[in-house]
Amino acid sequence: MRNILTICSKEMNSYFRSPIAYGLMAFFGLVTGWFFYIATAYFVQNSMKASMMGGGGPMNVNEYVVRPVLMNISVIGLFIIPMITMRLFAEEKRSGTIELLVTSPITDLEIILGKWLSALMMYCAILAVPVLNLMVLFAFGKPDWKPMFVGIFGLILQGGALLALGSFISNTTKNQIVAGVGTFAVCLMLWVLDWVSSFESSAWAKVISYMSVVAHYEPFSKGIIDTKDVIFYLSMIFFGLFLTARSMESLRWRS
Amino acid sequence: MIKVEGLSKRYARHVAVDNISFEIEKGKIVGFLGPNGAGKTTTMRILTCFMPPSSGMAEVAGFNVMDSPMEVKKRIGYLPETPPLYPEMEVGEYLQFVGKLKGLSGNDLAKRVADVSDRCNVAEVSKKLIAKLSKGYKQRVGLAQAIIHNPEVLILDEPTSGLDPKQILETRDLIKSLAGDHTIILSTHILPEVEQTCESVIIISQGHVVARDSVENLTSRLRGSETVAVEVEPRSGELDTAVVQAKLEQVAGVSRVVYRDTKAGRSHFEVESLQCRPVRAELARAVVESGWNLNELRGVNLSLEDIFLQLTNTDQAASGGAK
Repeated sequence: MRNILTICSKEMNSYFRSPIAYGLMAFFGLVTGWFFYIATAYFVQNSMKASMMGGGGPMNVNEYVVRPVLMNISVIGLFIIPMITMRLFAEEKRSGTIELLVTSPITDLEIILGKWLSALMMYCAILAVPVLNLMVLFAFGKPDWKPMFVGIFGLILQGGALLALGSFISNTTKNQIVAGVGTFAVCLMLWVLDWVSSFESSAWAKVISYMSVVAHYEPFSKGIIDTKDVIFYLSMIFFGLFLTARSMESLRWRS
Repeated sequence: MIKVEGLSKRYARHVAVDNISFEIEKGKIVGFLGPNGAGKTTTMRILTCFMPPSSGMAEVAGFNVMDSPMEVKKRIGYLPETPPLYPEMEVGEYLQFVGKLKGLSGNDLAKRVADVSDRCNVAEVSKKLIAKLSKGYKQRVGLAQAIIHNPEVLILDEPTSGLDPKQILETRDLIKSLAGDHTIILSTHILPEVEQTCESVIIISQGHVVARDSVENLTSRLRGSETVAVEVEPRSGELDTAVVQAKLEQVAGVSRVVYRDTKAGRSHFEVESLQCRPVRAELARAVVESGWNLNELRGVNLSLEDIFLQLTNTDQAASGGAK
């Protein structure tokens, strides 16, 4: 545990020592802020219209603002993940510092968990920016906080799963760019996999669309914790970290 | 302290290390010498548990690298060819990090960091970013990193490569000062380095150990006979080199005389003597008594370089040795 924290804090340090963290936070803040602005403006306009027309109850903030914004964050997150994970192992392999880690009295698993945990914390730090946006809603309205927090929890789960895959891809190469592009391609594929379900309903289409990451996020954005989705993300985390461990081991045999 | 038996490492297409065996006693500095690509780094990487061997066994401080890698890692300090440094960290911070990785904590950690910073002369840059350090400082930080947990065995892969002459001397002194407490393996392809720093040497070429002995023994064993360079000048007139050669050949104990050249009236010969026969005094007398001037009488030492080339007499070795 102590070793995991040592690795993790070192990684956090290098994220925040370089412009990566700030760049990503700024980019993510800008894009999600834009979506938040559009969703709120749309909501305000429509609820004003609705109240002028009379009739119906007040519109639901969770339904019209929180949920679409969370869905947007989930998708934009796919673009952020590769930038967080690309350097995790590729950089250490390129500069040779991986030799220090591997010849120190710590296990591969501790190295992997430490790095993955730091990536997850970095992801959470980036998520904090749009979450602040959502908090603003509390000042002007009465959104229900529970579905909102379920949504954030789901984002973290989804991030953890993709970060685990990203760690694996970063571990297979010495080149950050290759790792980044590879991870991006995988994230994108995992997003669009379920589009097949719109015109196909055979068994294979179901299997493929089941693997789609964003589809599993949808219930979370509505505030529903479905064990099926939680297990999906957890098994993906496990799978990604397992592949990373295998890849580390193969590095020893091949190098 | 280190025991290697029948160690081999095979890659898909070639054999990097082929059935090598050696033993190193506690507290010794051993030079690991060989041309580039001879298998030095591979052997070191096996000893540090970076990679497992294909066959054979290696033991460090009584622990097998395959069976108890954690115990081995705790006892080894390793400086790879490029020091494993994080450019975005400060020196002090980096040493703290490595100390923690090696299992130090609390007061112990702070004490060891201060200790190795002093020892490796990096205390004055402890607040500097590693990216801003000169190559010499980076190498010293690398060394500090390797000894931070006071390991029994220190494995240094080309610790002086890329340094300037002053830094090389400093690094060598530092390494020498570490002997005794630590058993040190030092790989290099720079031959004088081995002569100056190490007590014994293991020469490796194309994955095989071709020689292992103390530096003195190796030099004298391979020297066999002594070679003396002689420079002769006539007191007046021309010198008949054939006459000189004949005269020198008559000296007791001389096995062969080779005429080299004549420059500005001075003729140069190389005289090889039989094993263990001091011939210099006799040579000097023969030259002077014949009425010539003896300008120079110099023993040509067979350097480690010559031995090395003799032992690793392949094209690859020649290119490595020429560096």
